[in-house]
Amino acid sequence: MKKKYFLNANIIDPQNSIDEVGGLIIGENGLIEAVGKKVNTNNIPSREKYIDLKGKHLIPGIVDMRVFVGEPGFEYKENFRTLSEASLSGGVTSVVTMPNTNPIVDNVSIVDFLKRRGRDKAKINIYPTASLTKNLEGTNMTEFGLLQAKGIVGFTDGYKTIQNTRLMSRIMRSAYDLNCLVMQHVEDKELAKDGMVNDGIISTKLGLQGISDLAEKIIIERDLTLLEDFNCRYHISQISSLKSLDVIKKRKESVEFTCGVSINNLSLNENDIGDFRTFLKLSPPLRTEDDRLALIKGVNNDLIDVIVSDHKPEDEEQKRLTFAQAATGASGIETLLPLALELYHNESLKLNKIIKALTCNPAKILKINKGNLSIGNDADFCVLDINKPWLVKKENLISKSKNTSIEGRKLQGKVTNTFVKGEELFKS
Amino acid sequence: MANVNKAIKISQKHLLGIQDLSISDVNFILSEAKQFIDLNKSKNKKLDVLRGKTQINLFFEPSTRTQSSFELAGKRLGADVMSMNLNNSAIKKGETLIDTAMTLNAMHPDIIVVRHQDSGASNLLSQKVNCAVLNAGDGRREHPTQALLDALTIIDRKEKIEGLKIAICGDIVHSRVARSNIYLLNMLGAEVNIIGPSNLMPKDIEKLGVKSFSDMKKGLKDCDIVMMLRLQNERMTSSFLSSNREYYEYYGLTPDKLDFAKDDALIMHPGPMNRGIEIDTNLADDINKSVIKEQVELGVAVRMACLKIFCE
Repeated sequence: MKKKYFLNANIIDPQNSIDEVGGLIIGENGLIEAVGKKVNTNNIPSREKYIDLKGKHLIPGIVDMRVFVGEPGFEYKENFRTLSEASLSGGVTSVVTMPNTNPIVDNVSIVDFLKRRGRDKAKINIYPTASLTKNLEGTNMTEFGLLQAKGIVGFTDGYKTIQNTRLMSRIMRSAYDLNCLVMQHVEDKELAKDGMVNDGIISTKLGLQGISDLAEKIIIERDLTLLEDFNCRYHISQISSLKSLDVIKKRKESVEFTCGVSINNLSLNENDIGDFRTFLKLSPPLRTEDDRLALIKGVNNDLIDVIVSDHKPEDEEQKRLTFAQAATGASGIETLLPLALELYHNESLKLNKIIKALTCNPAKILKINKGNLSIGNDADFCVLDINKPWLVKKENLISKSKNTSIEGRKLQGKVTNTFVKGEELFKS
Repeated sequence: MANVNKAIKISQKHLLGIQDLSISDVNFILSEAKQFIDLNKSKNKKLDVLRGKTQINLFFEPSTRTQSSFELAGKRLGADVMSMNLNNSAIKKGETLIDTAMTLNAMHPDIIVVRHQDSGASNLLSQKVNCAVLNAGDGRREHPTQALLDALTIIDRKEKIEGLKIAICGDIVHSRVARSNIYLLNMLGAEVNIIGPSNLMPKDIEKLGVKSFSDMKKGLKDCDIVMMLRLQNERMTSSFLSSNREYYEYYGLTPDKLDFAKDDALIMHPGPMNRGIEIDTNLADDINKSVIKEQVELGVAVRMACLKIFCE
């Protein structure tokens, strides 16, 4: 690989506190050789060509901590190749995949398959998680230690919650012994039973079973109570409500944990469901505008560490049903960054904060050396035109499934180039 | 000419819910319905208003009165009526609502009447077919013709709705009848009280412009109309109530509770009734107080009006 030189970009790398106009040099080995304002025409041999990124932003490749991929078992929804292409177009260079596949990622043998497929078919970095319990049944733990040794970065039952309190305490103890990351989808099953949307005036009007925000709060309170005694690496996958945030704020002083939020819950509210739009049937559900505003504040106050796409590809047949029958979830990996930039453009969040929640924060929780532009690291980054206006149209989406929650939305900001290990793999 | 009238007098292509209707839409439907009341009592009940038109009744949920009411209404207007009960046939074969809709659409019906167990099903159907869709009940959301026939019954007895105090009692959370009635009665100027145990109240119901009560006697105070709802045990997936016996004690309509309403208060019920659970059996049959039979009778007139108006 030839050396590559980029100059005059607005470089933002929260991990290394870089927020300045400067350049980037990629070595022949695909690693970052130099970065920042010190990199200018004087550092570049006169015979070498450089790329002028004046007016553009250059940020570390995004680390998306919550992604459902259809492989194995549901390749018609998304496979590693289509996921990789979709991710690259959105500036995402590392994804954490959920274990809710068929077969389920709950034993060592499937991990080898995943890693091989991921390596052969995906150009981005794939970090698989395994389930907390065998067959996602919520009764018996998986082999955390052996799975982690095979390269599993974290453990979660995906869109299922560990309901059994005794099991949860044992999971935490094992995770403590083996230094494993536990990621919990927080929802009390019985309280949320048959629920489809936020419990409130919208559920009453639409005649749909509601999901109370208490269902989320109760599991968070339970888990954080357990965590006081069994202190493991614990991450709340996503929260959706003001009430949850209040609990988190109180508990932050006494226990150590981290917390994520879906870009959907930061950008949409229950009113967007309108006339039974099944593409907005999500878990956790979209809640009120007050909840949405509180979540933004939560990101601002560092109570929420991570923003995820919660990318859940579903084919249209699963969405062209009544609301009760329709599948849950939205495709969103390629719109994660542009939709997050909306929060910058409307002055809800600082740019640095957004990038942090999309890059180094998730990487630190996962203990992977990604989401930064440190010298000597893989040159995983993307270049974006932060002001470029565009319209989300499902037919233009790259992901195999087109179930976007933001069809027709006018966004501002688009990725123009994405690099993985110094190689340009996407160019718009 | 009929088309021109429709364009002027009704704002919607489909009848999906009371929420979509304007007050002039409602008044138009009710005034059309009034014309059919006498016809339905006469010896020759057949008209040819809808001759040559095809009406399909698509019932995904069991129904006796609504389905027969729609069927009779269509036949009396001269339409070709086909009723399909899909509780167990196509659905079990894996066919979706949209597949069924597309199949039927290919047969060129002029109007489809649909009942489905899922809220929003009639909306979904209306987006996929070319003809008008009448909602005969979707999940918990709306049952517009029931609310319209209730309004017609009230007007028939009390001459107006504006200013009346109306109580809707019982299983509100599972009830599409309650929701449609709340929208319609509010629109027509009534004061609406919602009565039921907290476990059967939907969240934030008061935001719909009603007062809610868990004490039935307080809620019934000075009411002109007492509308009882059926306890929908089939929709209850977990424990909502301790027993029917206790429910009857606190929320069943009995003479002593009815005493709190006005002396000339009327009793209504959309049927089918659970006698001895939500209503005292003698009260249900009391011809001086109960207008339950009249509701059924006027139901046909209201459905004739809706079919005529929405069928091009």
